Amino acid sequence: MSGKNRVPAVEGWFVADGEAINLIGSQCRQCQSYFFPKETFFCRNPDCQSKELDEVPFGRKGTLWSYTNNCYPPPKPYMAPDPFVPYIVAAVQLDEEKMVVLGQCVAETEIEKLKVGMEMELALDVLYEDDDNEYLVWKWKPVGA
Amino acid sequence: MAKEDIAILGVGMHPWGKWGRNFTEYGIEAANAALADADLGWRDIQLVCGGETIRNGYPGFVSGSAFSQALGWTGIPVASSYGACASGTQAIQTARAQILAGMIDVALVVGADAAPKGFFAPTGNATSNDPDWLRFHLVGATNPIYFGLYARRRMDLYGATQEDFARVKVKNAAAGVHNPYARYRKEVAIEDVMKSKMVSDPLRLLDICATSDGGASMVLSSMEFARKHAIDPVRIRGVSTVTPRYPNDVIEMPNFATDSSAAVPVPATPFRDSIAKRAYEDSGMGPDEMDLAEVYDLSTALELDWYENIGLCGEGEAEKILRDGETTIGGRCPVNPSGGLGSFGEAIPAQAIAQVCELTWQIRGQAGGRQVEGARAGVTANQGLFGHGSSVVVSA
Repeated sequence: MSGKNRVPAVEGWFVADGEAINLIGSQCRQCQSYFFPKETFFCRNPDCQSKELDEVPFGRKGTLWSYTNNCYPPPKPYMAPDPFVPYIVAAVQLDEEKMVVLGQCVAETEIEKLKVGMEMELALDVLYEDDDNEYLVWKWKPVGA
Repeated sequence: MAKEDIAILGVGMHPWGKWGRNFTEYGIEAANAALADADLGWRDIQLVCGGETIRNGYPGFVSGSAFSQALGWTGIPVASSYGACASGTQAIQTARAQILAGMIDVALVVGADAAPKGFFAPTGNATSNDPDWLRFHLVGATNPIYFGLYARRRMDLYGATQEDFARVKVKNAAAGVHNPYARYRKEVAIEDVMKSKMVSDPLRLLDICATSDGGASMVLSSMEFARKHAIDPVRIRGVSTVTPRYPNDVIEMPNFATDSSAAVPVPATPFRDSIAKRAYEDSGMGPDEMDLAEVYDLSTALELDWYENIGLCGEGEAEKILRDGETTIGGRCPVNPSGGLGSFGEAIPAQAIAQVCELTWQIRGQAGGRQVEGARAGVTANQGLFGHGSSVVVSA
């Protein structure tokens, strides 16, 4: 352990218990539609007029929709380490909520071993760090990896 | 139901490149070229519709008036439209709506941009509530990340190869050589693409379009106005500026997540298929009647997606029609005979207008070394982030 404080890179988008992580989205009380990032004001289903949306934790597993990597440092506000470390980004369709969610893959992921349709799960990982803190975010990894 | 046509009286462009000048200069040069092509003067114009640019300060946001002031105030109304990459079509649609409503007879449409180097980044005033800011901060999701996702999906689902993607670049570069407005006018070989640096696997540097300076303009009028001037013009038959239908289950820039289809089933026609469909419906024509197409090849692989989205072939068949030469000049329906974004680089608010300029030159038989023989009708397709569909059907 680095001894740094571990803080979320964004407030209220996920909950973590140890390494287990759930995205926090919302669900419409009337039509049951899910939203991430959470919609709190008005249901986005055009045939629903509900303003009652509950915050809910999402399932951790899904199916790989596609994946790629980034070989060049992105511009800010991405906090790229120096030297730059390439990263994989996966788009995964959540099994229960039936929506595709983007996330980086954990560092150990090998792009050659990914395949559209494979099972993926969420992991808690460090997005970037400074002198005091490690900033945490959700990432994807193949199930069992 | 088919809609009334409007006339394209004139088209004009400023060459694409990195010129380091104010965006209005590119717009003015394109506008003057379009006016000359229409054989009209600036004082004949009754409305200016500008495509906005968000990276050129306040004048970019009010581009309609920025161009009007630069051409010399004449007191006419202006409209400035933004729809990201689809801004040009938003401007065309605004002109078309006022023409078809009988509010005006003749309009000038202008889009121009001076683009920064490298990856597009969020604009300076973006905040942590802005999905465009958050996608960079939390995921490092640049635009090529999304292009890479679409490309990889084609490979895993339909058996596309990196050579297929390179073939798109080779085809478009060969056409772009003959376009005086293109920024890159050099033949490219498959090996050149395959040897270029990986950006977002499986896409390499030559698979991804650059960002450019450029300007494009058109003079549009009612058919009645065109007849009075004894012109037999190329016509705009249909224009689409559609948005997605809920739930959209394809991940789109700049979103983190799609809509959920857990409670509401996905619509029968996915968003990208709905874009050209609406323009076809307006025009009373279908994909079989198109002699050529200009589509938004932000990446080589994305051009293949468009073949399917605009109805040139079925899902998963794009690689086959590419390999068979159907989309090369001389084939059944050449795609991007202008050279496409691969030869131009993207000048955001000008690009959708430039697509229609190309169709106009092609249908008039003025496209020189890149001419599609016998071109009578064509379609453009484009998509702007935050859910902006864009498509125009043009015919003789």
